[in-house]
Amino acid sequence: MEAVFSFLEQHLELTYIVILSIFLGVEVISRVPSVLHTPLMSGANAIHGVVIIGAIIVMGQASDENYLALILGFLAVILGTINVVGGFVVTDRMLEMFKSKKTK
Amino acid sequence: MLSLIYLIGSVTFIVGLKMLSNPATARKGNAIAAGGMALAILGTIFLYRHNGQGLHNYGWIITGLVVGGVIGLISARRVKMTAMPEMVSLFNGMGGACAALISVVEFEHMAGTLADIPDVHGQLGIIFAGMIIGTVSFAGSVIAWGKLNGRIRDISFQGQHILNLSVLAVIVLLTLFVAVTLPSAIVTLFAAVLVLSLIYGVFFVLPIGGADMPVVISLLNSFTGVAAACGGFLYNNPVMLTGGILVGSAGTILTILMCKAMNRSLKNVLIGAFGGAKAGGVTREQGAYKEIGLSDTAVVMAYAHKVMIVPGYGLAVAQAQHACHELETLLEARGVEVRYAIHPVAGRMPGHMNVLLAEADVSYDKLLEMEQANGQFNTTDVVLILGANDVVNPAAKSDPSSPIYGMPILEVENARSVIVNKRSMKPGYAGIENDLFFQPKTSMLFGDAKQVLQQLVAEIVNSL
Repeated sequence: MEAVFSFLEQHLELTYIVILSIFLGVEVISRVPSVLHTPLMSGANAIHGVVIIGAIIVMGQASDENYLALILGFLAVILGTINVVGGFVVTDRMLEMFKSKKTK
Repeated sequence: MLSLIYLIGSVTFIVGLKMLSNPATARKGNAIAAGGMALAILGTIFLYRHNGQGLHNYGWIITGLVVGGVIGLISARRVKMTAMPEMVSLFNGMGGACAALISVVEFEHMAGTLADIPDVHGQLGIIFAGMIIGTVSFAGSVIAWGKLNGRIRDISFQGQHILNLSVLAVIVLLTLFVAVTLPSAIVTLFAAVLVLSLIYGVFFVLPIGGADMPVVISLLNSFTGVAAACGGFLYNNPVMLTGGILVGSAGTILTILMCKAMNRSLKNVLIGAFGGAKAGGVTREQGAYKEIGLSDTAVVMAYAHKVMIVPGYGLAVAQAQHACHELETLLEARGVEVRYAIHPVAGRMPGHMNVLLAEADVSYDKLLEMEQANGQFNTTDVVLILGANDVVNPAAKSDPSSPIYGMPILEVENARSVIVNKRSMKPGYAGIENDLFFQPKTSMLFGDAKQVLQQLVAEIVNSL
């Protein structure tokens, strides 16, 4: 239990961010028309692709002889990028369909 | 400088998500979030410093970004509108795998020098959490993808939920044990938890019915968000944290909203009314149904006052939205009032039908939501059902033993006559019989939705 408290104390700022983000996420999403559920899910899917930043850091800190870290990190960068790029492009394609309705 | 970039990135995520929840601004919101993401990635590559040292292995990083970018771009561009949900699921799985891999590498990094690391318990806890959640999300998403494109069938057996819960309990206990006591067999235990997480991810999604996949994907989506946030803790990185947690909480709410649209609780979806209701879903005797020909259908529709079209997945598969719009204009020109009744979960994802019909230039005010449509069926002469099944199944209202009992449906049986276009008498996605097809006022019009619609149009133009 003590370890948990000391961990929270050391990461107090991050803990603030977590708690505020939770409420923010709930607040931002409530009252979405059901038509937008899928694009929204897809957009959120692209945003959690931010994990790519972790992959880049892992990759960039791996030493040259550590092949395991290099290979896994490389894979992580590829997968993360697919998530980000694919996610945003797919969302845009879905929303494109809605736009044609608006202009009409 | 970099922290400033991360701040901008975090703000764009929040603004982007907010704008995504409004139809008018959604597309711009997506672009803004994408811009923030690009900024954060570039900033990390060029400005990241750890203990005064920048990153190296630039060749690997750039190659990875290019390879991933090209794969992502091509697959996202090529995928058909009907296959969109499974694509999203697959992308989500990639993100989960990415988070898990980061944890694996970081674990390998610190495994040798456990004693020297300050705050080792907390660090290990975060690494394990990221690995477990990421892996579950990855395995679950791949299964969800397979289910949506029909490669994997629903599999459930007695006691599956108990097994799942036990696996989960073992995962949690092992993690606590490792993080608290730092045992010498730590590498083996890490591997064991990894394997168990894979198994859990697979078993978690396997019994859930295909029709509930959008809900599951949304849930896994928020899992991946949390896994990304673990990375934020690991690297003291605020943008990973905001992005991850934001998706985690927004995704959870979205999941609950989706469940509400189907009038079911999340628990009900996860514990699997679909998978577990084998006893209630015994195949009953098929009654007799009556068929109707093309020319009869054409006559009935052309001389009706009001026609309600109920689109479903069959319309999407056949890409029949344009033919459908053509029929609508033709009928309207003859003075028939044509409306579309859109069930919130018609098709394979919420909003699926709206997207397809919008693509075919169907006017927005002709699309009725479920409540509106249900108020109008009793003044409707003909209901034309195009490849929809479960969303018009009266068993949802009348048969408590039915797996879809409690789901709100389009009450088409209140109309004067119902014409159902299907390819065959096969049951719909939930795998259950539909009594509607055997009711006296219902007639079946078999065939591919697009061909049937085109033939109907030709029939009306030529002979009436």
